[in-house]
Amino acid sequence: MGWDQMRPLLEQGTIDTLYMVGWSTLIAALGGLPLGILLVLTDRGGLLANTVVNKVLGAVVNVGRSLPFIIMMVALIPFTRWVVGTAFGPTAAIVPLAIGAIPFFARLVETSVREVDHGLVEAAQAMGGGTWTVVLKVLLPQSLASLVAGLTTTVIALIGYSAMAGAVGGGGLGTLALTYGHQRFETDFMYIILAVIVVIVTIVQLLGDGVVRLLTRRKRTG
Amino acid sequence: MITTTDLTKVYHSRGREVTALDGVNLHVRPGEVFGVIGQSGAGKSTLIRCVNLLERPTSGTVTVDGTDLTALAGRGKRAGRPLREARTRIGMIFQHFNLLSARTVQGNIELPLEILGLTRRERARKALDLLDLVGLADKARAYPTQLSGGQKQRVGIARALAGDPKVLLSDEATSALDPETTRSVLQLLRDLNRQLGLTVLLITHEMDVVKTVCDSAALMRDGRIVESGVVSDLLATPGSTLAAELFPLTGTAGTGRTLVDITFHGGSAGRPVISQLARDHDIDVSILGAAMDTVGDAQVGRMRIELPGRPEDNDRALAFLRAQGLTVEIPGAAATPGVALSKEGA
Repeated sequence: MGWDQMRPLLEQGTIDTLYMVGWSTLIAALGGLPLGILLVLTDRGGLLANTVVNKVLGAVVNVGRSLPFIIMMVALIPFTRWVVGTAFGPTAAIVPLAIGAIPFFARLVETSVREVDHGLVEAAQAMGGGTWTVVLKVLLPQSLASLVAGLTTTVIALIGYSAMAGAVGGGGLGTLALTYGHQRFETDFMYIILAVIVVIVTIVQLLGDGVVRLLTRRKRTG
Repeated sequence: MITTTDLTKVYHSRGREVTALDGVNLHVRPGEVFGVIGQSGAGKSTLIRCVNLLERPTSGTVTVDGTDLTALAGRGKRAGRPLREARTRIGMIFQHFNLLSARTVQGNIELPLEILGLTRRERARKALDLLDLVGLADKARAYPTQLSGGQKQRVGIARALAGDPKVLLSDEATSALDPETTRSVLQLLRDLNRQLGLTVLLITHEMDVVKTVCDSAALMRDGRIVESGVVSDLLATPGSTLAAELFPLTGTAGTGRTLVDITFHGGSAGRPVISQLARDHDIDVSILGAAMDTVGDAQVGRMRIELPGRPEDNDRALAFLRAQGLTVEIPGAAATPGVALSKEGA
């Protein structure tokens, strides 16, 4: 298998992977952020303390976190078909990827937000701030760097999951590695695909670290 | 300005009940600096947090500037709009400053103004005015981590004043600061109290804070106020625990001798009373301990002296001291006629 054959395959596979990871990250962020914040707010002693809601949310997140992704992906096939009309291809893979990443990111958000000093929350309340003020002006800005770090971890986990999505015909670099490397014994091509995945992960991690450093340095040196 | 009636707070933790406040009646008059002092665990932190309802009292009422906050709070756990609006008119500063590290100094002061719904331009102008007031006009763009503890607390004070409050609550605001910074922050509070007519309720475990800035004080123990009043009156009250703690005296009497604690206040502080006593009554006076300080602009002091002979042998000397307008106590003689006598004398 020559480079001329590999190149278009690699390009398409990379685009598909970025497409799946990009959309599922966006959905995971939109779903996980409020979920993570709610987990903190509804906890005992929280601003919206509500044991029942907290326990239910916690249980949902735990179930989502404990299912092996590959099993969840298969189990979600009917739902995926209902949402996007098909269970195959990169677009279909976004559904289980996003659903798997929401609870993952939610836990990371929860940890980050919980680390904000309660004194700051109290100060905002003493000024007459309500729950929205506390969330938008205290909890989120104060945990921003940590949230970005969590999002980076989520993106990288999603890159890993997206390769797994290849097993059920999700497309992207994962499918490529499985069909050519595993089924057609094109070992060299498989290693090249792995290298591409490693490069993507490294770039994401460096970008994430860069943003985190920017956000924390601003506080120290202004 | 601030009145609490029968304020009670009971915490439930793991089936046990802990009474943090046990029927506290506090009365802070407009324009005064009122200090609540007590050891940790005495309930003073719970008390100040009940004043702006950060902590919901189990029973009792809190009235600030004529508004019954406990009635505003309603039954729900969350703070409704009326309570939140009332809170914008009560400033609060904290032991650990509680500044947002993600915001500049100016941004921190603008936070309460954002809550009040001011425009960007109004916020900036007000924030810079307040920074000027606390002497940090050049730090507007700095981040809190770049400031010293004293500067951070000044930012905290500027932030607390953003809503033009009539009342400022200070929760151990100087406890994390060194003695010199403490003095300058207390001086700032004193100045604001005078310039703006700001009523200040502060809690502290440091007697020095009470001595330096407080007009009135209350001593808290086990969730109750055991003593309270105007500081200079308390000092003139024989047997006052607060006075004894403000000016601690040590030293014990030899057998057959009399210990006398004298409190000087007002004009008597400047007169040579002891040498007069020794000369006119031909008594050898030993001074065992003394403490002098300025409390609320008046020179105040306490002194423990030892006289030869038992208390009943010293009636004339004690009468002389009382005639000088001093508060005279005989410590460690609670049940003896000597103390009853000295109380009559006061």
